[in-house]
Amino acid sequence: MQNSIRTPYDRVVMAVPVTIPYVRYSIESAQWWIGRALKALVDGAGITPRDIDGFCVSSFTAGLDSGISLTQHFGLCVRWIDTIPLGGASAIAALRRAARAVQAGDARIVACVAGDTNHVDSFRYTLENFSRFNQDAVYPYGAGGANASFALIARNYMRTFGARREDFGKIAVAQRSNALRNPDALMKAPLTLEQYMSARPIADPIHLFDCVMPCAGAEAFLVMSEDVAASLKRPAAKILSTIERHNAFGDDPVQVRGGWAVDVDELYAMAGVKPDDLDFVQTYDDYPVISMMQFEDLGFCRKGEGPDFVRQHDLTIDGTFPHNTSGGQLSVGQAGAGGAYLGVVEALRQVLGQAGPTQVRDARIGLASGFGMINYDRGLASGAAILAGPGS
Amino acid sequence: MIEPIVRPRRKNPLLRTRLPTSPPHARSRASHGFTRAAAEGRFMLQRCGACGTFCYPARDACPECLSADLVFADAPRRGTLLSETTLHIPADVHFRERAPWRIGLVAMECGPRLVTHLHADCEEGRPVVMSFQLDKSGQAVAFAHPERETPNMADDRQWREMTADPKFRRVLVTNGRSIVGQEMVAALKAAGASIVFVGIAEPWKPFRGEDVLRALEGVEIVPLDIGDEKSVADLAADIGGKVDILVNTAEHVRSGGLLDRQGTSVVRDEIDQSYLGFVHLAQAFGPAMRMRGADGVNSAVAWVNILSVYALANWPVFGAYSASQAACLSLSHCLRAELRPGGVKVVNVFTGPLDVEWFQTVPPPKVAPRAVATAIVSALKRGLEDVFVGDVAEDIRQRLAANPKAVERELGA
Repeated sequence: MQNSIRTPYDRVVMAVPVTIPYVRYSIESAQWWIGRALKALVDGAGITPRDIDGFCVSSFTAGLDSGISLTQHFGLCVRWIDTIPLGGASAIAALRRAARAVQAGDARIVACVAGDTNHVDSFRYTLENFSRFNQDAVYPYGAGGANASFALIARNYMRTFGARREDFGKIAVAQRSNALRNPDALMKAPLTLEQYMSARPIADPIHLFDCVMPCAGAEAFLVMSEDVAASLKRPAAKILSTIERHNAFGDDPVQVRGGWAVDVDELYAMAGVKPDDLDFVQTYDDYPVISMMQFEDLGFCRKGEGPDFVRQHDLTIDGTFPHNTSGGQLSVGQAGAGGAYLGVVEALRQVLGQAGPTQVRDARIGLASGFGMINYDRGLASGAAILAGPGS
Repeated sequence: MIEPIVRPRRKNPLLRTRLPTSPPHARSRASHGFTRAAAEGRFMLQRCGACGTFCYPARDACPECLSADLVFADAPRRGTLLSETTLHIPADVHFRERAPWRIGLVAMECGPRLVTHLHADCEEGRPVVMSFQLDKSGQAVAFAHPERETPNMADDRQWREMTADPKFRRVLVTNGRSIVGQEMVAALKAAGASIVFVGIAEPWKPFRGEDVLRALEGVEIVPLDIGDEKSVADLAADIGGKVDILVNTAEHVRSGGLLDRQGTSVVRDEIDQSYLGFVHLAQAFGPAMRMRGADGVNSAVAWVNILSVYALANWPVFGAYSASQAACLSLSHCLRAELRPGGVKVVNVFTGPLDVEWFQTVPPPKVAPRAVATAIVSALKRGLEDVFVGDVAEDIRQRLAANPKAVERELGA
């Protein structure tokens, strides 16, 4: 195992996992959802809003407001701020930036928040205004969000590596079984492989249960020093390592891997652990094919072995490879940028032993990853983090 | 394998007409390089002047070397279809009512990858030939064609959304007395138009070619004097709901500029016949065409103007005529904008002097009326918007692109 030259996140921790339960549609604003998350952070930590001196926010639906406008909205006076528009990679990026800010003494307590509303027309508005390349060269083709783009990726992946729909289905079905234990999951009905296979096609080979449901919600956590966490008497998780990589492998004709593959050795070297040491994995699951890609790129198997890996493992909470234990976006819902946080916040709960009904037994170390911004023909942003519980 | 489209049955007047919807139309400014390419039927990509890299989508800096010297250049059209998908549940109304709709990802031999609409005969892993087309929003989109011609190729459902093919459509040719008008009728019939209405002013006056015109099956002579507002309105009241393509073949050419003419009566005539004639036609036929942009196989699709290339640069020998043509050109852009919500294309066909009596004293090269008709049918089949017919028109186009001031001085010499 190679040695990392990067500075460890010594004595920097994450605490206070927050989920504001999702709803399919909301008449509230993104600001309302972000406000609820901040309130839950403050209450959960036993602090006042004035104790927050770092603020990091992500939202697709906050309109004209970036982090700075939101400070006034929420009465925050901070000395460190960031607005992260990295879609599904926002939470990993937020954690990385906040951890370094705390480590350097630029902030004492950083609130990392993602919140989005979902009005009946929000999703369309987000699609129409996603990015310039998207507007110029994807949206005019009837793509209808990311479905078509991921259909092209999934079809190529299936043909190249022999993945079958059943393999994707196994991921979705396992996540639904996990979600049935999560009272906050929007999907309440069991899902069988037969139902998955016979679902209506959306954009071949993407069918209904390959798609996430857009919804409203918010997720958040705090980043602070170990000492501050101790003074607040709150359990906290260590950040063993993180990686982030954007626009990697741009010459691959069709996306078959994400930026994780560039930095995966560094991820484990910095953490000083092996993939086998992990007690659970939370991948970014906007589509099952992307989770399968992450199994490969995050080192659980080699490129092309994702389908076999899925066939050989039980991906449920009590299985051989607990994966997306909350149910993931596929079964909990995708609350805009909150989708980036879902796995990270669930990972935090798991290593703190606070996951309740979805708790993996004796979970000490786990991985969460992010993926986002399908700007044109591929997802550009990727990141991952390995977290450890207080006892490990 | 494409099933040939069938001739639509007579429309049931009790059924609601489906209203046109637009695919997403927003584009960056740089991306309108593709709009220009599509309008002229060219395949252009941005190429870096510094390192030669082709790129896509439209950028403002080269992704290889960061040079800002990106120019739209004609590019090789060949590529390979890497992956495809069929959209069953598109998010957008326009595509949802056209689903299933097939798109794909093409790797160009010259480098970039294009998300593209697909002709039904394109196969995954096989070579394709690319074009840019104007879709129903009037904006450019990439379109992949099979490498070789396939049976009933032009009848492909997705391709027909991009074109204004005359097959099974009903066309109004506004002036059947002119040779261009008569050639137009013949070319449209040959292209499969179901009916061609041919406007004749003062029909009791005989004209050359009348017998041939009357003998053609599926050709209906209708009274039309476009300079007369009432005549135009009367015809629209009669056939306005079944004109899918309108070709304005009005021809009013007189030589002369300003100083050697006495008074304004000739100028007024030119304006009446060309400009106001256009206004009358647009007001009478435009609204119904815009409403009928999604009306099935024979939806309204195109409005064709035949314009002198001297609309773009005044030729003082025909100076007042040039000005009347410039007025029509300007108005055509207004009409284009107003018909766009209906997905109806406005095709401007620019010609040099035609080989007709009104250009008798002009030396060759002149444009044969048949060449104009052929070019128009081809433009409709290919879905073009700006067409230059003949050597003079092409010459002026290129010279204007190089140095408009030189064109002005040289035409006025």
